[in-house]
Amino acid sequence: MEAEYSGEIMTLSMGPQHPSTHGVLRLELKTDGEIVADAIPHIGYLHRCFEKHAENVEYPGVVPFVDRMDYCAAMNMELGYVLAIEKLLGIQINNRVRCLRIIMAELDRIASHLIAAGTYGNDIGSFTPFMWCFRDRETILDFFEETCGARLLYNYNWVGGLMHDVKPGFEKRVIEFVDYFEPQVDNLNKLLSDNYIFIRRTANVGILTPETAISYGVTGPNLRGSGVQFDVRRNEAYLGYEEFEFDVPVGKGEYGPVGSCWDRYMVRIREVRESCKIIRQAVAKLTPGDVHESIPKRVKPPAGEIYMRTECPRGELGYYIVSDGSTKPYRIKVKSPCFTVMSAFREASKGTMIADIIAILGSFDIVLGEIDR
Amino acid sequence: MESIAWLLHLIPKYDTLPELWRALIPIVVSCVLFFALLCLIVLFLVWLERKISAHIQDRLGPMYVGGWHGWAQTIADSLKLLLKEDIVPDSTDKLLFKMAPFIVFLGAFAAYVVVPFGISSFVTDLNIGILYVVALGSLSVIGIIMAGWASNNKYSLYGGMRAAAQIISYEIPAAIALMTVIIQVGSLSMVDIVNAQKGGIHHWFLFRNPFTFLAFFIYFIASLAEVNRTPFDIPEAESELVAGFHTEYSGMRFAFFFLAEYANMLLVTSVATTLFLGGWTQILPGPTQIIPGPILFFLKAFAIIFVQMWLRWSVPRLRVDQLMYLSWKVLLPISFVLVLGAGWMAVR
Amino acid sequence: MKPQEISVILTEKFGARILESQPEAMNPWSAVEATAILDVCRFMRTEDSLCMDHLELLGGVDYKDRIEIVYILYSMKHYHRYTMKCRLPRENPSIPSVESIWGVANWHEREAFDMFGVVFEGHSDLRRILCPDDWEGYPLRKDYRPPKIYRGMPV
Repeated sequence: MEAEYSGEIMTLSMGPQHPSTHGVLRLELKTDGEIVADAIPHIGYLHRCFEKHAENVEYPGVVPFVDRMDYCAAMNMELGYVLAIEKLLGIQINNRVRCLRIIMAELDRIASHLIAAGTYGNDIGSFTPFMWCFRDRETILDFFEETCGARLLYNYNWVGGLMHDVKPGFEKRVIEFVDYFEPQVDNLNKLLSDNYIFIRRTANVGILTPETAISYGVTGPNLRGSGVQFDVRRNEAYLGYEEFEFDVPVGKGEYGPVGSCWDRYMVRIREVRESCKIIRQAVAKLTPGDVHESIPKRVKPPAGEIYMRTECPRGELGYYIVSDGSTKPYRIKVKSPCFTVMSAFREASKGTMIADIIAILGSFDIVLGEIDR
Repeated sequence: MESIAWLLHLIPKYDTLPELWRALIPIVVSCVLFFALLCLIVLFLVWLERKISAHIQDRLGPMYVGGWHGWAQTIADSLKLLLKEDIVPDSTDKLLFKMAPFIVFLGAFAAYVVVPFGISSFVTDLNIGILYVVALGSLSVIGIIMAGWASNNKYSLYGGMRAAAQIISYEIPAAIALMTVIIQVGSLSMVDIVNAQKGGIHHWFLFRNPFTFLAFFIYFIASLAEVNRTPFDIPEAESELVAGFHTEYSGMRFAFFFLAEYANMLLVTSVATTLFLGGWTQILPGPTQIIPGPILFFLKAFAIIFVQMWLRWSVPRLRVDQLMYLSWKVLLPISFVLVLGAGWMAVR
Repeated sequence: MKPQEISVILTEKFGARILESQPEAMNPWSAVEATAILDVCRFMRTEDSLCMDHLELLGGVDYKDRIEIVYILYSMKHYHRYTMKCRLPRENPSIPSVESIWGVANWHEREAFDMFGVVFEGHSDLRRILCPDDWEGYPLRKDYRPPKIYRGMPV
């Protein structure tokens, strides 16, 4: 009797081509009117089998492949990989390389979160934050372009060092950018984050309890949005992050239950401010040096395996690398943060409406290149 | 109307035509002229929207086509749409698919015949003027549902359903808010309503009493929903439903939907101007009309349109259930109270 | 907790079912019998002193004589990590699924099935995740040869 009155279930495929799925993702929605009974994600449209390619290429040659996984935050992708190889080889990098890596990683984090915030506003219906975020991101991309020649896929972090040193005056310009940019975050908050309609759309939707989040392996801003204070840069610091002072923002449920879309989005905005702090400290710690100093002639790590994880803008990126003593990796397995957060999507979207599906998907901030590899 | 009739008398042998022709031709000619004028204004509005959105988003907008700030951009775009291939997908309901844009277009343009732009610049003065306008607003719903259904596409169906629910729900607070003015004037005729506001800004219904003041805002919000503008643009929510009910339309058919949206926008602002802002009447009290009626009318209408466009580019979209809640549980009770108050003021 | 201590706790509890342990390696690990993995994982998840509530990685590695499934577990409470490995034969490899312990194992096991052909018993929805559903072959195996034609199109 209930089923008769509730209408028939219609299968709507938010297919691989859709303006809001942030890539080629297919969401099979079983809808009853506007309510979604089930939302099943289908991935694999961007699968390039990077892990197989990596077995046929030498260790330094894997870095461009790794870029193309999460193309919005390529610096962080490379960083995890080269740190893993350097740990296997036992290479120590000098202070200049370390500080430049941190500056680039944090600038990339800001750029990635700007994409997340802008496209999220776009999905919810507010078109202006998108333009404002991309305007600011252009300056960051200009920094990357002048340093390594590319705007999006850098091949900058090499095993043992960096591709090029930065141009003269780079530090001053980065500080100028950070000074210009921090007030822009307030503008963005006034326009989007504190907007009543935006809060009504996102603050009661897509709740992920901390237990569910940890069980589904959710990490990064998505986990911190649920109230769990965990950041790899703090808890398992790499690259000397323990010397830097920054807060780890956590979702507090100001406008609804903890773990809503608004919390996750707000964690990213607050993280952008923390990244600005880290950049200032890293520029202050920068010393002259040679970035090519520790680059080995031949990368031939001893046989063994390692698991290295770093905090990339979308969560924890893990590299499990098995080496057999030759110049080519035996096996590289990537634990991609967006992959695990998509596995929680079905759970998070039970009983919501179609408009909420878009809100939840946008708050997870996925990039299909990383999910499919 | 009179001026058109006077012009037509200048045509030789006009007076020898039979009675029926002499009754019909002025109507047809004035309708065609109004239509042409409206098309020009709508083209201007599209350009205005692109410029306003560009400056809000910290960019420039059209700059090249035609020279100064791309004023000919819309003309170029219309020509482009005219030249595009006319795609009618195979599995659609062809008759409905082809009829839908015209019905939506009709719903938007046919209402202009009663709107008075100036002291004698209107096509006709129906004594049920405002009722006619409100009734035609419902016609576009039929067109949208036809478009959503005939496209044979689940996304379009969603867009059509949402549009139907939204427009029908918001017609009610809109009409009731208009009633606050009608009660005070005592007539449904648009010309009478404008004449009741003659004599300066303090006679405008917006400022005359608190009930019509609030009714203006209720009407403004409800009319945004009538014309599917953000924050109520879920029928054509680009990020959720690709393009909602006009997903499958391309070329000139799409251009009709597009023009109809802007014409609708101008229509509701014209109605708001006529009822609340005094239509073509002067701002300052006094006998003479310093700025000509139609120009003043359009200035007021464009001011409201500017606010509509400003809202579109600043504010996110409401969800369907929040939209329904707003209409039925917030706007409707308030508009009932306002009508009671206006009625009390009218009989006092 | 140090990896050595974790290794000791495991061998105390499971005895001979823990085949080999190397807690001194750069990435400390223990090899477990395939049939015992479900019990071991449940123990690691529910035991208070271990509390491995985060399954970081579940992946396969194809060594020439065997396929290994690697489980990297992390504790959000105690901040320690440990790796479990299961060695499976190359023909018809199968292992119990740990989906009931960590929700994320659902997708990780589907990927291991897709790439290596390992069947996870008790999995609710074991089908390919990255390759198309009707793909033949298991790409990440070392002896994999891509097909020449897929659905009539040359690969």
